[in-house]
Amino acid sequence: MTETIERIEQLRLEAEHAISAALTSPALEEARIRFLGRKAELPNLLRRVAELPADQRASTGKAANEARQAIERAIESRQQELAVSELQARLRQDRIDITLSADPLPAIGRLHLLTQTRREIEDIFIGLGFNVAEGPEVETVYYNFDALNHTVTHPARARTDTFYVSDEVLLRTHTSPMQIRAMEAQPPPIYIVVPGRTYRPDSDPTHTPQFHQVEGLAVDTDITLADLKGTLQAFARGVFGEGREVRLRPSFFPFTEPSVEVDVSCFNCVGGVTAAGERCSICKGNAWLEILGAGMVDPNVFGFVREHGYDPDRIQGFAFGMGIERVAMLKHGIPDLKLLFQNDVRFLEQFV
Amino acid sequence: MRVPVEWLYEYCDPALDIVGLGQCLTMIGMNVESVDHHGVAALEEFVVGRVLSREQHPDADRLSVCLVDIGDGSPSQIVCGAPNVAAGQTVAVARPGAVMPDGRTLAKATLRGVESNGMILAEDELAIGTEHAGILVLDGDGLEPGMPLEEVLPIATDVLDLEIGSNRPDCMAIYGVARELHAATAARLAPAPWAEDPGGEGPIPGVSITVEDQQLCRRFTARLFEDVKIGPSPPWLKARLMACGQRPISNVVDITNYVMLLTGQPLHAFDLDQVAGQSLTVRRARPGEEVQTLDGQTRALDEQMLLIADADGPTSIAGVMGGARSEVDDTTTRVLMEAASWDGPNIHRTSWQLGLQSEASLRFEKQLQPEQAIQAQVVAARLMIDICGARIVAGTIDVGGDGPPPVTIRLREARVGGLLGRQISCERCGEILRALECSVTDASDGLDVQPPAFRRGDLVREVDLIEEVARMDGLEKLPATLPSRHGAYGRLTPRQRLRRSAADVLTAQGLHEVVGWSFSNPEIHRRLRLDDRRAVMIENPLSADQSQLRTELLSSLLDVAGYNHAHGAADIRLFEAGAVFLPTDGAVLPREPYHIGAVLIGAVRRATWRDPHPRHADFFVAKGVLTGLLERLGTDWGVVRSSEPFLHPGRSATIMIEGQPAGWLGEVHPLVAAEWDLPDTIAGFELDLDAVPDPVTISYEDVTTFPEVREDLAVVVSEEVSAADVLDVVRRSGAPILRSVEVFDVYRDAVRIGAGNVSLALHISYRAPDRTLTDEEVADRRQAIAEALAQRLGGRVRAA
Repeated sequence: MTETIERIEQLRLEAEHAISAALTSPALEEARIRFLGRKAELPNLLRRVAELPADQRASTGKAANEARQAIERAIESRQQELAVSELQARLRQDRIDITLSADPLPAIGRLHLLTQTRREIEDIFIGLGFNVAEGPEVETVYYNFDALNHTVTHPARARTDTFYVSDEVLLRTHTSPMQIRAMEAQPPPIYIVVPGRTYRPDSDPTHTPQFHQVEGLAVDTDITLADLKGTLQAFARGVFGEGREVRLRPSFFPFTEPSVEVDVSCFNCVGGVTAAGERCSICKGNAWLEILGAGMVDPNVFGFVREHGYDPDRIQGFAFGMGIERVAMLKHGIPDLKLLFQNDVRFLEQFV
Repeated sequence: MRVPVEWLYEYCDPALDIVGLGQCLTMIGMNVESVDHHGVAALEEFVVGRVLSREQHPDADRLSVCLVDIGDGSPSQIVCGAPNVAAGQTVAVARPGAVMPDGRTLAKATLRGVESNGMILAEDELAIGTEHAGILVLDGDGLEPGMPLEEVLPIATDVLDLEIGSNRPDCMAIYGVARELHAATAARLAPAPWAEDPGGEGPIPGVSITVEDQQLCRRFTARLFEDVKIGPSPPWLKARLMACGQRPISNVVDITNYVMLLTGQPLHAFDLDQVAGQSLTVRRARPGEEVQTLDGQTRALDEQMLLIADADGPTSIAGVMGGARSEVDDTTTRVLMEAASWDGPNIHRTSWQLGLQSEASLRFEKQLQPEQAIQAQVVAARLMIDICGARIVAGTIDVGGDGPPPVTIRLREARVGGLLGRQISCERCGEILRALECSVTDASDGLDVQPPAFRRGDLVREVDLIEEVARMDGLEKLPATLPSRHGAYGRLTPRQRLRRSAADVLTAQGLHEVVGWSFSNPEIHRRLRLDDRRAVMIENPLSADQSQLRTELLSSLLDVAGYNHAHGAADIRLFEAGAVFLPTDGAVLPREPYHIGAVLIGAVRRATWRDPHPRHADFFVAKGVLTGLLERLGTDWGVVRSSEPFLHPGRSATIMIEGQPAGWLGEVHPLVAAEWDLPDTIAGFELDLDAVPDPVTISYEDVTTFPEVREDLAVVVSEEVSAADVLDVVRRSGAPILRSVEVFDVYRDAVRIGAGNVSLALHISYRAPDRTLTDEEVADRRQAIAEALAQRLGGRVRAA
């Protein structure tokens, strides 16, 4: 064995020792450079094999190569060991207090509860085949009263009951004027709901001078009062839950005949008594919630749009009108109408 | 209307308990608003008694000690404070345990050392009258001590408060409600209280009536009673008035009220000796003519109003309120009883104009029928004779007479089922309509129906009859079906979807939606420094600060921001969407564009342990929110510098869409912020959403197959040149392969780039849809950009 080969063997041993002694990736890299780097001894020996006597070249070259490969293997293996332990160490170090509060992207805002409720109602009726129509909030007396079969002396026309802009122009007191506008614009069949803002000069704990309604109108050759009941039952179940029943009670409105009030069975109790055995606070022990007024479109109303394809002898339909505030308040147990217009963010944020 | 059940059941008793009765009436259209109990409870403790002896209380001058036989074997000792108590009287007695109308339970008591086992009652203690000066002395005929008092007096009844539709004035009457109850339950209906008339027809000598306006006075009837003895009404009558919420006054006045409550027809009693000339004229008032009404007030009338005058002038306002001059009083002996039919709309107008509502006007304004006038006369005559001992003078003055004969309405059987969605047989329809007092005959395809006179006003068409049939047969029997739709389908319009998207993208950016008022204060334009702006004005606002319609959303948003700020919110992010109202010359209605506006105050997000000092909202934050909104809506837009008076002069921009102004973006002027007590920096925008075009369908473009080339460019331009101008030049000269360019840094340095200059660092990306770009192509564009910047903006590209 030549001196050189002995040296190679010694370097291999030293390298293996240094590699196993390296505790971190940088230390291992240091060892690699020391033993296999450009200026290291072993690669130098290898480069100088050609300078050796011929009889030593083969054996020396072989020994050096083997040593280098052995060192490389040792580095690689050590590298893998270190990678595993270093990852574990880093993960240990990255440990956080997961109970600290979140660092969210900008918080999500809320649609106003009235908008949420309006959309909910719209979506139910879209599913039932209705379109959504909107109309002007400042209206003419003609559309708001005359064409809706209100007699000239109907009390709703009084200045105590309606805001006027002029003798002929007012703030609509209901969304019903769109019944006429929609029929003027489109021949039957017509299936629309009309959400929107409405106005009456009332201001007390249960009235605000502006409020929101959804009008419904379905006119075709064969619409029946039973269809009104079925449609509103589907609506009631959509908003207040499956299992709700609707009850029609006779009533009177100038623009429908027959006219009905529509009640929905209370979703909070059975027969006016809650599960806890108390009088239900939602329906006041009544078991029914008065939810809207409705009826079959009065033939006199069709008389105003006869030339648009609405011959009262050939077509018939139903109409209804509900308050969005009332639906929202009932559904969410809101005790005070004013909360809906106060816009206190703490209130608005509750309704996700 | 208050309906005492005891009274109702005299005419129709369906043997229902109060809950069942309430449900029945509700389901035929008379909603029960409330039920209360009028009078006493624990009825077994109220009995008839006979005073056996009365002695002075040993220690109290005003008290008597009575022995009263109450039918239980041994007389009861009762201490009584009434001055009129005397031996031999038949009286009403409450025993210990009795529950008084105010809910108090009577107990044995000791009064000044003498035990009292109950109470001898006065009217007011039973809530059947207002008399308290003495005890109620009963007519002893046929009464025995110990008899239940409830058999003698209506001392307890449930009272329903019913909501009566404005089309049913016939139901503003006990007998009217009884008729409905009969039709709904088939329980027997007692004959009408006007079935037997003690009076007769023909003129009344010495009394003359003239009706000048028969349009407004459809019928005027009068009867004369002599030898009238004015006094208190009997307890049973007082009790019913009290249960209906009316205060008894004297027998004649009480009779007019009682008859009105029973029949629905108001009456007025004149003291004939106070009627000058014993003649009455019904005529329109002269402008400004005055009447002193029963309530003691003097009221000025106009020529649309109808009055009743005697030879000395006006005595009452027709159908609304009687006059003080001819009022019945204690000395009255001759009563002229008037029952008339007025034009409902005219009464309604008079009542509104005068701000004067009465039980009479509330009925008349709903249009009573002429036949009701004579019915009320008949009932009143019977009571005047029975109660006031009056003698009826032969004859009835009747101007106008009955209403027109009934019309015949065809009710087609097929139409009933066709409209309701449930067939109701002709037999059943006939049964219901007959129960409602229609006369019904068979017809080829259904029934021919004549409504009774009292339904002349609301049963005029086939559909009205169908409603009656549906209502009485039971709406609960209707099936729940859905329309067959015939191919109609529902969906939101593109515009409606766009509005929803707009709100959604703002909530996604952390803004809360608010719903403000359409009303605003005329002061608002001054506060916004928009003094010359016009608004739609309301003629009859609830208050001056709600007297116009909003022309913008900013003030409403500032109101809400102010409210929340005052309630402790430091960081506020709000938006509102809705109509604003712009007066439009020459058009009947104002324009109502749909706006969406936002305000941002304070930190853009909540402070956290990681980021305790988040950035505060400013112009660029608002611009970011607006960018998010308009990008989501696919809108091509820009801003130009502007000078909105309500905005910070250096931070005010107009939003431009399709070359037209479409709103503002900026920071609110500090003086405006101060008007709302808000912090100095309020950023926001308001956009006319109607100016945003409908979204177009996006066509596919290959953006993934070939790579993008990205590079940065630093451009030095004068401070006078806006970033938008630089970007515009880059976009144009980089076309067609330039895909995007944006500013990522702004740098000023007088030494390195020169005073008055600014360096904008741009991210630029190039891409072609059909090939990988070569270095030469990109270099070519870069060269073009540099030249264009130099030529058009005097700018230069800095070495990278």
